[in-house]
Amino acid sequence: MSTAQSNPTDPTSTTSSTSSTSKLSFRAVGRTYPVGDGLFTALGNVSLDIADGEFVTVVGPSGCGKSTLLGMAAGLVEPTSGRVLLDGVPVTGPGPDRGVIFQQYALFPWLTVRRNVEFGLRLAAVPAAERRRRAQYAIDLVGLTDFADALPKTLSGGMRQRCAIARAYAVDPQVLLMDEPFGALDALTRVQLQNQLLDTWSRERRTVLFITHDVDEAVYLARRVVVMAARPGRIDRIVDVDLPYPRTEEIRLSADFGRIRNEVWHAVYHQPPATPATRAT
Amino acid sequence: MAAVTTGPARPARPAARRLARTLALNLAAVAAGLAGWALLAGTGLQGLPGPAEVAGRAGELLADGTLLDDTLASLRRVLTGFALGTLTAVPVGFLMGWYPTARALLEPYVQFFRTIPPLALIPLAIVLMGIGEVPKVFVIFLAAFLSSVVAAFQGVVDVDVTLVDAARVLGAGDRAIFLRVVIPAAAPFILVGMRIGLGSAWGTLVAAELIAAQEGLGFRMQQAQLYYDLPTIFVGLITIGVLGLAMDRLLQLAERRLTRWQERR
Repeated sequence: MSTAQSNPTDPTSTTSSTSSTSKLSFRAVGRTYPVGDGLFTALGNVSLDIADGEFVTVVGPSGCGKSTLLGMAAGLVEPTSGRVLLDGVPVTGPGPDRGVIFQQYALFPWLTVRRNVEFGLRLAAVPAAERRRRAQYAIDLVGLTDFADALPKTLSGGMRQRCAIARAYAVDPQVLLMDEPFGALDALTRVQLQNQLLDTWSRERRTVLFITHDVDEAVYLARRVVVMAARPGRIDRIVDVDLPYPRTEEIRLSADFGRIRNEVWHAVYHQPPATPATRAT
Repeated sequence: MAAVTTGPARPARPAARRLARTLALNLAAVAAGLAGWALLAGTGLQGLPGPAEVAGRAGELLADGTLLDDTLASLRRVLTGFALGTLTAVPVGFLMGWYPTARALLEPYVQFFRTIPPLALIPLAIVLMGIGEVPKVFVIFLAAFLSSVVAAFQGVVDVDVTLVDAARVLGAGDRAIFLRVVIPAAAPFILVGMRIGLGSAWGTLVAAELIAAQEGLGFRMQQAQLYYDLPTIFVGLITIGVLGLAMDRLLQLAERRLTRWQERR
């Protein structure tokens, strides 16, 4: 849609075929915070284009600004330089066209699963019958049908996150922004939710920007993995994952997967210039 | 995905038994208290009336309608002051918790008035507002407001920012955030504030009825004091205590219903 794809100043020299329909674009965005009498650069001059329907993961050490990047796309963090475009239109604040999934689930604890999922629809004044139908669809989509009337406190971590995903899907966003959504879950549940997320995504295709600190997760989910580096926060490189969807266990255990994972791993854990002391979080 | 269904299997019987036990202990305590009172009165201490005498006086006052009129008059004052106080406290607490400017503007006043006992304002209230219902209700209002505004403010400050962000990305504006996120999230604090406010409201009542009242439990007790009528004083005291307790229980019940979603307990 937006006039071709134009980002000649893209510093991310490495690779990647950004298709001509760029859904979400970061144009030289930066974010600084005043610290004492100086400025701390959380994110410096980052450009990135994400195609419509693409699944992109961002991985990097803590302090690389990956959450800041997502916050800007969500409209919750204002860039101090550059801008974020959604379909070519600058993002000026949060809105239901961009669904956000938080690591801490952020479910409203006083509402049942159904009422949580209906939250955005009520705000949009969707008529009751339509609201009910769309909420039910989203709840079924994430497999919480039997728990629609449960309060969040009675759900496990994985179920809470599925509820949050349903809540985001219910308002029918064009972009899903996921901020380490599975970070607080145990390894087994995480793998289940990864598969389920991909399954949901294949049925209800959306543009996804997914932040993680887990290299395996980053490679398994994405078509492209953005590796970031810290001090200042920047894109180190972008790794293409040319593995077919649907991703299966075979793919996860394949040699090709291993090769890409190793590449990303090295990019994350051996970032020579800036951050010798950063370690995994 | 394997869904391990853990139903909310809550053992019902032990809970019921615990409740019965608590109730039995409550009743035993009341009975013991009455017995102790009767014993003390039996020793002839300073003309202290016994429970029977007080019950008799309560019967008389009920029969001639005085007790009912007084109770209604007092209840009306307390409820009006309390309702106005807590209803104002919630939005003011929200403004203070949400907007730094509003907080900077309001906080000096709140903190200043909090250090002045509402009773100390009674002379001023009489001069400014006369001797009708207004000054009485005003003093009760102030007491209830000041005790609950701080709780409401704290509740708003404590609202999880992630929940606010979650609401904003779903399309909520300031109004929706206030009504649909801040109020429910702060409800536990607000309800505690209301309970404290209710205590203050009752506490201020008797003094407020010093202001040239024609009826009311506090007024009746002061009249009785003039005639050394101890049984009537006791009837007033017990009525106030029972009403306060009943209202607190109602609030507790509301609290339990409204905050059932909380993870603790």
